[in-house]
Amino acid sequence: MKIQKFILDRKKYIAILGAVLIAAAFIAKYAFRQEKVAEWALIIASVFGVLPIAIQAFQALRVKVVSIDLLVTIAVIGAFIIKNYEESAIVTFLFLFGAYLELRTLNKTRSAIKELTQMAPESALKQMEDGEFEEVEIDEVDVGDILLVKTGAKIPVDGVVLSGEGHINEASITGESLPVSKKKGSQVFAGTILENGTLQISADRVGEDTTFGKIIELVEEAQDSKSQTERFIDRFSKYYTPAVLLIALIVGLISRNVELAITILVLGCPGALVIGVPVSNVAGIGNGARHGVLLKGSEVISDFSKLDTMVFDKTGTLTIGNPKVGDKVYYTQDIDEALEYLASVEKESDHPLAKAIIEYLGDIKTHPVEKTDVMKGSGIVAQVNGHRVAVGNVSLMEKEKIALSEEALADIAELERKGNSLVLTAVDGELKLLMGVRDQIRHGVKEVLQSIKKLGVKNLVLLSGDNQGTVDIVAKELGLTEAHGNMLPEDKSNYIKELKSKGKIVAFVGDGVNDSPSLALAQIGIAMGSGTDVAIETSDVVLMNSDFTRLPHALGLTKVTANNMRQNIIIAVGVVLILFGSLFFPWMNMSIGMLAHEASILVVILNGMRLLRYKLRKNKIPKIIKEEK
Amino acid sequence: MKKATLQLETLVCPSCMLKIENGVKSLQGVDKESLKVLFNSSKVRVNFDEEKVTIQDIQNAIEKLGYKVLKTQVKEL
Repeated sequence: MKIQKFILDRKKYIAILGAVLIAAAFIAKYAFRQEKVAEWALIIASVFGVLPIAIQAFQALRVKVVSIDLLVTIAVIGAFIIKNYEESAIVTFLFLFGAYLELRTLNKTRSAIKELTQMAPESALKQMEDGEFEEVEIDEVDVGDILLVKTGAKIPVDGVVLSGEGHINEASITGESLPVSKKKGSQVFAGTILENGTLQISADRVGEDTTFGKIIELVEEAQDSKSQTERFIDRFSKYYTPAVLLIALIVGLISRNVELAITILVLGCPGALVIGVPVSNVAGIGNGARHGVLLKGSEVISDFSKLDTMVFDKTGTLTIGNPKVGDKVYYTQDIDEALEYLASVEKESDHPLAKAIIEYLGDIKTHPVEKTDVMKGSGIVAQVNGHRVAVGNVSLMEKEKIALSEEALADIAELERKGNSLVLTAVDGELKLLMGVRDQIRHGVKEVLQSIKKLGVKNLVLLSGDNQGTVDIVAKELGLTEAHGNMLPEDKSNYIKELKSKGKIVAFVGDGVNDSPSLALAQIGIAMGSGTDVAIETSDVVLMNSDFTRLPHALGLTKVTANNMRQNIIIAVGVVLILFGSLFFPWMNMSIGMLAHEASILVVILNGMRLLRYKLRKNKIPKIIKEEK
Repeated sequence: MKKATLQLETLVCPSCMLKIENGVKSLQGVDKESLKVLFNSSKVRVNFDEEKVTIQDIQNAIEKLGYKVLKTQVKEL
């Protein structure tokens, strides 16, 4: 056991020893004509070289796995038997050296995600029974513990500030590096950094339960999640390796040509094929993690890259979700009285439009309200100071049989054209006030949608519960292809079902609370604007800090990643086919086979590594996307 | 049942996963369905019955295959 471990730990040195011995052998043979010395050098190189490979092969066999190591071991032993020491030495060296390079380059492709996991806190200052703070391992912190965080330290848990003040950089959670001020009662998150001040916090969630812990777990699972193609390759390679062994055996027995048989063994190693796709996957997901985009696995990458339809919710997604009163028209001399009545009625409601109006009116005298009648979808009718007050949209006015003058109708048309939702106020059957409430379009949304279009998403659809007029205006301003208003959450999910049945690949971008059926139904769900936790759990593509401007990067990244996977499969399969094809040429031997095999593995890893550097080209990038620090 | 997370040294070849999978599955008392060998993060996650098998047994099984276990973590399920 110990010896095996000793040898395996020194694979790197064995590879170096092999290289030195092989070089020495060639010099001895060609420069000094010392054939015997050369032969012995190669024999020693082969014996040392094959040891770690054979140990690995043996370990695998014990758990009933026929591994590549077994193929190589048999091939080397075969070469040894036919006294071809040159080949046995070179093949073992190439195999060990290749494995070393693979390790180095693979670590590079994984570096982005490693950076993320290394941001996880490792220790904490915990209050002991005697009231003193002592440094402990993060695993020893439990819910309810009181912790001290000093300037420059990481917040170890999710919790609440008990005392102290400070500024925290929450970039690891939100992607936003502007420090956030925290004081008693503020929420703090594990993995964020206290830039100044000192805090005492109580632990609410620890370890994997923290928001940061969840992000890490998600990314780790995502990079190892397998798509259908990968599962197929896995199944394939499980039988492929034993099959190569069998074929080599049969060929050897029939042709009585050991050289040919062992060459087949080396050529049959499936290296690049099994490693190509995971490498693209991990590099792509790593790039995303660096740019505030979490992709939940390779299935998501493949779906998202083929996206042709993107469906948006309006309020809170394309718009800020905080409507404000924009225009107002008065049809009465006694404006104050009408406004007071309006405020009295709207105070009863928690409708977003009512909230906007209350906010606009501010501190205003209100009157007791009696007999409030909520008319679903149109407004409220109530008794205030003995007057009948109706507050709502045009259809409520019609129901209430309130005459609208030519002038009022013109105003209504004008306000609607400007994209307002209308709130009319009538007192005792007479129209007094008209207000237009408007939600602002988020900054940068237009540019984001343009780049999404450029990236090949043909249909941009807006679904909203708002009136058709408002929806149309938003759609026109943003250049959307379709817009549907007056939709309930179930209408939206039905609409998505319909799109899917037409064979579209659909992404839904919504707020994650009342749109959750649609988020779940669409191939890709992206939750925005709600609490971090919910967004992380319900989304297939998580945009850190719900930052809409990261969408084009996410889309572009999945496209190049999916492409990269295809390239790697083609490279891997191509190399194997070419190698087997060249079996019939005399120049083909074991060493060349091993060289090509190791080279193809490095090529797919290096190809995957390109993804780490991927950035949307400047002309496609909306200006507001922040420069990477 | 307990949930174990084992951090291994960096895994390089995908065939390592198959080895580790088979090696851990052959132990009595581990929940085969829950076993996950994460290639890229070089981690093993598995649920096990603490009355039939210990975390040390799982660690030994993996080390016997030639993979160093750097850190283990056990959580109550």
